[in-house]
Amino acid sequence: MKGISYIVPLAVAAGLSWGVSGTTAFAGSVTGYQPVTQDRLDNPGPADWLLYRRTYDGHGDSPLRQINVDNVKDLTPVWTFSTGVVEGHEAPPMVNNGVMFVTTPGDQVLALDAASGDLLWRYAPKLPEDLFQLHPTNRGVAFWGNNLYLATTDSRLIALDAKTGKVVWEATVGDYHHGEYMTLEPLVVNGKVIIGTSGGEFGVRAYIAAYDADTGKALWKTYTVPSPSEPGGDTWNTDAWKTGGGSVWITGNYDPKRNLAYWGVGNAAPWPGDLHPGDNLYTSSTIALDPDTGKIVAYHQYHQNDSWDWDEVRPPILINMTRDGKTIDALVHPARDGYLWVLQQTDDGIKFISGKPFVYQNAFKSLDPQTGRPTYDLDHKPVVGKTVTFCPSLWGGDDWTSSAYSDETHLVYIPANNNMCGSNEGVDKKLLVGQLWLGVDPSTNKLVPNGQHIGELQAWDPATGKQAWMYPFPNQLFASVLTTAGGLVFVGGTNDRMFRAFDAKTGELLWQQRTNSGIIGMPVAFQVGDTEYIAVQSGWGVDAQRIQNSLAKTSMKLDPDEVPQGGVVWVFAVRHHN
Amino acid sequence: MLGVAYVLAAATRTSLPARADDPPDAARGMLAQVGDQLVAFGSEDGGAPLAVSDIPPHSDVVLAWPLDTARRVARNASRLNLIILMHFDPSSLSGPETARAANGIVAFTAVCSHQACWVTDWLSSKQLLQCPCHQSEYDLRQGGKVVSGPAPRGLAGLPLKVADGKLVVAGPFTDRVGGQKL
Repeated sequence: MKGISYIVPLAVAAGLSWGVSGTTAFAGSVTGYQPVTQDRLDNPGPADWLLYRRTYDGHGDSPLRQINVDNVKDLTPVWTFSTGVVEGHEAPPMVNNGVMFVTTPGDQVLALDAASGDLLWRYAPKLPEDLFQLHPTNRGVAFWGNNLYLATTDSRLIALDAKTGKVVWEATVGDYHHGEYMTLEPLVVNGKVIIGTSGGEFGVRAYIAAYDADTGKALWKTYTVPSPSEPGGDTWNTDAWKTGGGSVWITGNYDPKRNLAYWGVGNAAPWPGDLHPGDNLYTSSTIALDPDTGKIVAYHQYHQNDSWDWDEVRPPILINMTRDGKTIDALVHPARDGYLWVLQQTDDGIKFISGKPFVYQNAFKSLDPQTGRPTYDLDHKPVVGKTVTFCPSLWGGDDWTSSAYSDETHLVYIPANNNMCGSNEGVDKKLLVGQLWLGVDPSTNKLVPNGQHIGELQAWDPATGKQAWMYPFPNQLFASVLTTAGGLVFVGGTNDRMFRAFDAKTGELLWQQRTNSGIIGMPVAFQVGDTEYIAVQSGWGVDAQRIQNSLAKTSMKLDPDEVPQGGVVWVFAVRHHN
Repeated sequence: MLGVAYVLAAATRTSLPARADDPPDAARGMLAQVGDQLVAFGSEDGGAPLAVSDIPPHSDVVLAWPLDTARRVARNASRLNLIILMHFDPSSLSGPETARAANGIVAFTAVCSHQACWVTDWLSSKQLLQCPCHQSEYDLRQGGKVVSGPAPRGLAGLPLKVADGKLVVAGPFTDRVGGQKL
């Protein structure tokens, strides 16, 4: 980019004062709101972003192509909006027919005119004074009819009127005093709002549950950790299932053809595996649920008896793929355990196809060629009473941040962290209900960088299992990826506060923009009128900051205060040359 | 001077003293009140009020809820109400802690001033109390001051006395209880 001298119209928010609790403030109004139907979720228009990853298959890919490899160098901020909130802004700006809905830490929802940046309303829930938020973030609202659905850190599910921001109904899902909380964007299928619960770090037994979108009535609840009398209950050798974790904190994907919702399940609690002997279903697994009943129809456990804090909480990406001359319904998962897993949906369940490390991984010695079950190198599996080093670190090869799959290039783009190992020593501590319970001595919980760089944006062909290209970053990469039919890959995630666009085919860096803070949020593409826009939140915090703090204590000596906090919504378009 | 500090701190508090005709739920939500006894975390309403002998010297921290003695209910409805107790050699205490302690037993809010996590990890090698969430470290012998980490303020202290062998709250918290707002 050359010296910039042109004038960019920036929408400036009017000076508004907000109520202090549970209030909706109006600055404008939503006119011509377009209700969201099952048909619109099944076949989303190219202009909208109605699901967490735009489509039920989880591709994170936009068919828009006005912004493309040839003109992305002219991508320019059109408007920005300061949220007035610190900590991790992770939510995708959701867009329905020109209206943008953004969530922030503290579970606020902002409705903005997606083209002008005008604030339409702001909802700020009253959160309890005694709430401790281990992960102060929120990952977005879901749509159904005229409502939005918000899952909160004090464990409530709230339906808002999308036109006004007023509460339509509210359901108490869990008890935050016991460490239950929610940060995910709900999944809506056929009028059911499906959520998952967090709190594995507090020894909860997590679950997925559905609520009636119109009334808020609880419909079903399925624990991700079975009791001894349920299928899979025999994979817990002790009473550890009662406090077994299995958190669910990233939105599931959905296969309309089979009517199956695919969810990722977090690690077993607490971290060291010797405190919960057994394979520990369905932790660190993908489960396939019937969204009508919540029944678990199929599953695949990526790794048994987790000891590394490797949540496998992202659902697999559903890809119709030609592999070895055959078309298969594949499930592709770039895992926190550092392996790129390819599975197959079949009428008999989920079948293992392949698993291959995409970052340096020393915990698995081999995989069973039939089932994919790993054999462990016990020297690199954390236990109580001994300091163990393992690769990748607890943040894994790719933590919660979503990969994207381009329908044009047929490549999966993974925001990876390589060369970043970790170490800790497990401790057997009694659970105090409501208190953090990781099972490790915090003074031993360290990062061990072991290479020239850490972050890698990787492009893989899941059909061949080959890496197409890789772009390295000096430090951590911690943000979700967007692809567009313009041949572009967008990602933030670095501590230099950049937002970047790459050529999807070659990995060439085509454009970058420095922002106010670091970007850990998910970028989206949308259209209003005849203009395509790219939107993302910049607002550093939570685990990106924790990695920064940890790397500060290593030979890399990062400045822990390098990245300022404070959220801003950024919206870009290509400036038209006259 | 300490007395003055207490008066100022009390003036900033929002919860009113418990009254016998308050509903139990309101009493459960209140911070420790002057005259409250203490019950061990986990034993709740039915627990015996903690005595000096229940807090072993030079051991680990003990977690407790305030006990509304009028209604015999533990004030356990809010995470902000949790208290930590530690038993030191009285001669090792310094500054304001000397006056607030009872027989060497000191009491503080368990709520970290950073993000309201419970501060529960006693590091015997350092003789400091550490927050497990972001590793702020506090020196309980020196009025709960911050030694390291992101905590912006020390832990609010809670003056104790002993009556009939039981620990009793002798004064209001010395500072605001709770974490930073997001």
